[in-house]
Amino acid sequence: MLAVTAYPVGYAVWLSLQRYDLRFPAQREFVGLSNYVAVLSDGYWWNAFSVTVAITAISVAIELVLGLALALAMHRTLIARGAVRTAVLIPYGIVTVAAAFSWTYAWTPGTGYLANLLPDGSAPLTEQLPALGIVVLAEVWKTTPFMALLLLAGLALVPDDLLRAAQVDGAGPWQRLTRIILPMMKPAILVALLFRTLDAFRIFDNIYVLTRGNNGTGSVSILGYDNLFKAFNLGIGSAISILIFLCVAIIAFLFIKLFGTAAPGSNVEGRR
Amino acid sequence: MAAMDTPGRKAGWGLIDLLVIGYALTPVLWIASLSFKPTSLVTDGHFIPREWTLDNYRGIFATDEFTRALVNSIGIAIIATVLAVAIGMMAAYAIARLSFPGKKLLIGISLLIAMFPQISLVSPLFEIERSVGLFDTWPGLILPYITFSLPLAIYTLAAFFREIPWELEKAAKMDGATQAQAFRSVIVPLAAPGVVTTAILVFIFCWNDFLFAISLTSTDAARTVPAAMASFTGSSQFEEPTGSIAAAAVVITIPIVLFVLFFQRRIVAGLTSGAVKG
Repeated sequence: MLAVTAYPVGYAVWLSLQRYDLRFPAQREFVGLSNYVAVLSDGYWWNAFSVTVAITAISVAIELVLGLALALAMHRTLIARGAVRTAVLIPYGIVTVAAAFSWTYAWTPGTGYLANLLPDGSAPLTEQLPALGIVVLAEVWKTTPFMALLLLAGLALVPDDLLRAAQVDGAGPWQRLTRIILPMMKPAILVALLFRTLDAFRIFDNIYVLTRGNNGTGSVSILGYDNLFKAFNLGIGSAISILIFLCVAIIAFLFIKLFGTAAPGSNVEGRR
Repeated sequence: MAAMDTPGRKAGWGLIDLLVIGYALTPVLWIASLSFKPTSLVTDGHFIPREWTLDNYRGIFATDEFTRALVNSIGIAIIATVLAVAIGMMAAYAIARLSFPGKKLLIGISLLIAMFPQISLVSPLFEIERSVGLFDTWPGLILPYITFSLPLAIYTLAAFFREIPWELEKAAKMDGATQAQAFRSVIVPLAAPGVVTTAILVFIFCWNDFLFAISLTSTDAARTVPAAMASFTGSSQFEEPTGSIAAAAVVITIPIVLFVLFFQRRIVAGLTSGAVKG
């Protein structure tokens, strides 16, 4: 594992310090930090960065609420529990690209059932805000089940006896949710949030298929990809890659420090 | 719970269940519907096709582009899954059974990798694989897939292995079984469900990947279906390949649906890492 990750990362750092454009391989030379300066002083990076942060924050927030509702429904439902769980797993398992195409065509004017609900002449995928809304929708649809299943695991740890005792003591459903279920699920919620935040931050497939990152909808991953494979600029592309890596590391660090999540590893370590 | 089993409550839950199922299935049904529409009606915007046709499926299976990609997808995903699960089993066994220095570090590192932004690896891998000749080959994709799915495998397997009552092994030995016998007829049957679950999850991961697939391949020598779909072209320059893409999307969704139908319980248990027992 180390060989396939550590070495390439080191190599990426090295590449990011060079001027290296595949179209002009002869001009390869060591340029120090100037690739980083070029990226960070450029509007594209900051635009992609804010887009990514916005998508991450909004979709994770929606997923948490929806995922919790879904987990409660799956946990408590009286009938057809198996069918519900099966259905919910399909978005989780489906190939992101296939799902993204489904959303694309749904919103393509003329072709799609959803686009036809909109007033004539609107093409949501070609405008920044509507397009971002659709990206969030596609992302939420795809990953809420994952969130719900992680939360379901936490929910299963809440003892039924405790809930019944609370009920006997006169606690209503809302009180039982906020006073007993949520506090007991805290570790599960934090782990789910951490996973999903880091995952959402590297969003790529959905945006690539839905908008190709046009009209100011590109995430940082899209920006890195474009620089590598459209502009063939390995130096700049690597610098972007390293910056994304740093962002993810910072997010993980903040989560663990601020929320006192025991490092996710402790989940494996036992606690149960 | 039985006391609350009134018909009214049941109907309420039925409604909620239907909502959930509708939420989960609508986009899937839509892409399936598109794939059955004839080219002339693809843009009519109806959710249910007015005319049904299999032309789109015939179209994609008639060309090499899709069939090659399908073979690549299946081959690469299976090989990567087998290797990742095999390596993961050893690591998970060590984590679950033994205490050794650096155990926490190993878990930490594997989780770090699981959450690693793939794009950060794409640029160096692209350069390295081009120079060692792995670019656009099966191993060129299998290698990063193993790396990224190994943490998932270790994590899930370790959770399952922890649940195994290892005292049984000792008990079996006490009853006169040899170490090998105890392992084969006591531990293996107990561990099998966890291994199957993990294999499914890893397979889904490899099957799903898009970023590596478009970055580290350039021809249909190793291009997988998701990557091939993104570069589909219509039968003429002016025709949007909507139908073909929809058909391809349905084809690669079929294995997922089968997995989900047959192993629903397993997958849920795997994702929630055995916590539902109890």
